[in-house]
Amino acid sequence: MASDPASIGAPALEMRGITKRYPGVVANDRIDLDLRAGEIHALLGENGAGKTTLMNVLYGLARPDEGQILIDGTPVHIAGPADAIRRGISMVHQHFMLVPVLTVAENLVLGQETMANPVFLDRREAARRIRELAARFGFELDPEAKVGSLSVGQQQRVEILKALYREARILVLDEPTAVLTPQETEEIFALLRRLATDGHSIVFISHKLYEVLEIADRITVIRRGRVVGQRLPGATDEADLAELMVGRAVQLTADRGESHPAGPMLDVQDLHVADDRGSEVVRGVDLTVRAGEILGIAGVAGNGQDELVEALIGLRRPRAGQVRLDGVEVTGRSPRNMNEAGVGYVPADRHRFGLILSFPLYDNLVLTSYHRSPYAHGPLRDDAAILRTAESAIERFDVRTPSATALAGTLSGGNQQKVVVAREFDRDLKLLILDQPTRGLDVGSIEFIHRQIIAKRDAGAAVLLVSAELDEVMEMSDRIAVMYRGRLVAVTDARSTDKNAVGVLMATGGREAASAMSGTQA
Amino acid sequence: MSGRTEPPGGRRRLGSMLRTAWGVLAVPAAAIVLALLVGALVIIASSTLVPNHPFDPTLPITAYAALAQGAFGSPNAVVETIVLATPLVLAGLGVGLGFKAGLFNIGALGQFLMGAVGAVAIGSALHDAPPIMVIPLALLGGMLAGAFVGFIPGVLKAVSGAHEVVTTIMLNYVSLAMLSWLVSGPLRFPRSPQPVTGDVGNAALPILIGRDGHLGIIIAALAVPLVWFLLYRTTLGFEIRAVGANPDAARYAGMKPRRLIMLTMSLAGMLAGLAGASNLLGLNHQVTATFSTTVGFDSITVALLGRSNPVGILFAALLFGAMRNGAGLMQIKAGVPVELVDLVQAIILLFLVANPLRRYFRRGSAASADLGTPDTIARTYGSEVVR
Repeated sequence: MASDPASIGAPALEMRGITKRYPGVVANDRIDLDLRAGEIHALLGENGAGKTTLMNVLYGLARPDEGQILIDGTPVHIAGPADAIRRGISMVHQHFMLVPVLTVAENLVLGQETMANPVFLDRREAARRIRELAARFGFELDPEAKVGSLSVGQQQRVEILKALYREARILVLDEPTAVLTPQETEEIFALLRRLATDGHSIVFISHKLYEVLEIADRITVIRRGRVVGQRLPGATDEADLAELMVGRAVQLTADRGESHPAGPMLDVQDLHVADDRGSEVVRGVDLTVRAGEILGIAGVAGNGQDELVEALIGLRRPRAGQVRLDGVEVTGRSPRNMNEAGVGYVPADRHRFGLILSFPLYDNLVLTSYHRSPYAHGPLRDDAAILRTAESAIERFDVRTPSATALAGTLSGGNQQKVVVAREFDRDLKLLILDQPTRGLDVGSIEFIHRQIIAKRDAGAAVLLVSAELDEVMEMSDRIAVMYRGRLVAVTDARSTDKNAVGVLMATGGREAASAMSGTQA
Repeated sequence: MSGRTEPPGGRRRLGSMLRTAWGVLAVPAAAIVLALLVGALVIIASSTLVPNHPFDPTLPITAYAALAQGAFGSPNAVVETIVLATPLVLAGLGVGLGFKAGLFNIGALGQFLMGAVGAVAIGSALHDAPPIMVIPLALLGGMLAGAFVGFIPGVLKAVSGAHEVVTTIMLNYVSLAMLSWLVSGPLRFPRSPQPVTGDVGNAALPILIGRDGHLGIIIAALAVPLVWFLLYRTTLGFEIRAVGANPDAARYAGMKPRRLIMLTMSLAGMLAGLAGASNLLGLNHQVTATFSTTVGFDSITVALLGRSNPVGILFAALLFGAMRNGAGLMQIKAGVPVELVDLVQAIILLFLVANPLRRYFRRGSAASADLGTPDTIARTYGSEVVR
């Protein structure tokens, strides 16, 4: 967006000196933020910096202790979300607030149904308005499609459309790209630009630096509840933003050094795996990971990566094929068996699979080893031993928490992931399987976790990294494989390829490029 | 905790303990107080319907005072309260154990009934064997019968994903029908004109205190720490709680949710069966074809009020026992029908599961201990198949 922000116009929204205190913390400390009409304003900050609190204040979900909100220059008091919506403010949440069994149209009219008569919904009118809105902003969406059948990217658009349907002028997007592929991200960006041109004002919350640089007209960085700087994308770079955000210089690209791979540790041959519905989604995968190297698997989500990983850690029985760990056949073993054979695993969804949020940290830190000595003697738990280990792990893995007895659900995302990493990394491993290990984390936590992964590799573990985030795969891997429709279409040395080549493979399966790249097939 | 030597740390710990206690107790305490208030309104309102009855705003106080006197007014009354609380403790522990595993077990009624039948079958068959032998056997028979009734919905859920709310409700009816068939058929006492089982004879639990303060009181009192120990001090209890809190994470961590569901449902049935056996051997001594109980459903409210915590369940059961026990005197002294107790108990349940109350007390205290049971209900009802 080349236009000079100063020329765009008067502020559509102004937040002045917003202060919000919670017991023990000042979540927002005299924050000023202004949003001009037609502007995309990025709000950048680590997890827990106060971005969400500020937006909750704007959305009427939290009452500020001090400060003022002005819309079009008029001071307003926002009583709650309904009031915010009435004033033209709409929020697109990170976790979609959609009802999957309803259609797009039904989701959009929820809460403000247009009625053909006092009893029945006017579906035709709703569908007409939706088509009109979609056409105006240049995308296609079937109003009669069930939301549950849409892709994540399309659901994101439904969320944005919901805001537009309510005639929002100010849109707040809370990490809208966290769950999208690079292509979907591009499409959302195009949509946001169109909205801005149309006069909508957008607050874009993110901690992905390059995205913020790409989409924003202005960038406000907050740290520990305070505004620590404002930048124009043309006059800054990732290193500058990261330093503002974290408060110290951050190493943005992991220095992974030379790998010194030894013999094959994980050896997979002709593996076939079916999904829950019984259709084969892993169709003959051959794969070797050597001790002391990181093999990255890139691929658009849903190409069989989940099922491949589940088969490797014992959660899913393969239909055919062989898995060997350090020369021993382990096909079809149980998760506990694999864990005890020296396989560590960091799942993609830490809330659902990695942690029990209502349990304290010390229980989560022994979730896979609670039944073993020294944490158990026969059927009895040894709480003292568990607590000792937990406290030492919290110390060494830099988990920021008041105590080992804090509930996992009360920590920030980065610290939650450090708990999972501490549990899985803190022993001798033969194989480490990582599924999107840094998704949704702030740069400080990403840096820390990347360093731990490299340390594990250098200690001789074979590391298998699966990620839909191409940058992470490119950055961390010694070798890269691309998964497409249940097959590995190419395995290549990381130094001899680039992001574009891998991106093409991810999108097409390498119908054209495969022959050019398959030289180093493992 | 020695505490006394380091006052600042000690005081802080005391403060955080009080805060935790408030977080745990606020909702149940508010539910009880509000239910009693609503009950008071109903007492006043219904008294105005009686012809020629003077309007008396102090009637609720009279009624509740009589209720308290009936429940705790004499040593005998206290014993009777405890006797009435005993099956609620045992069956409540069973229901609460299910909650901890994320299972909403509505089948305490059927498990209780089959427990009583199991106990009477063994007790009446061996009625003249020495008590030291037949009492444990009869109790064991009740526990196994209850465990089997609990195991069926467990195995159905594990194998096919059938929801336990549905299957346990159906098994309640099956158990009622089963009981009346057994009593009028195989277990019928041959020389009796009515369908009734034989007397348990020597298998009757000894009376330890008062008119009918039987051995079951001790059994229930021991069950509370035992279940607490199981839940919080054993690896099995950890697995049960983990599967209840997040079955996916439990499976990823190498636990076996299906097996744990079957086991927990069996244990829950065993506890409710023990409640039935203890009541039968301690109080009834024989079963008629129309034998039934309010324990089955009251124990669900008890488990909710006790927030699935064994100690909480103990106190909730005592409260419910006291209300049942005091109701008679309330009717005599204040003219308020005993059914008021059912009303108050039902309103307690409503307030417990009512969201506004919960939200009000949750606000600001996100760290309020183990996120108790009603969340579990909402999550497990209509949940997906456990893999």
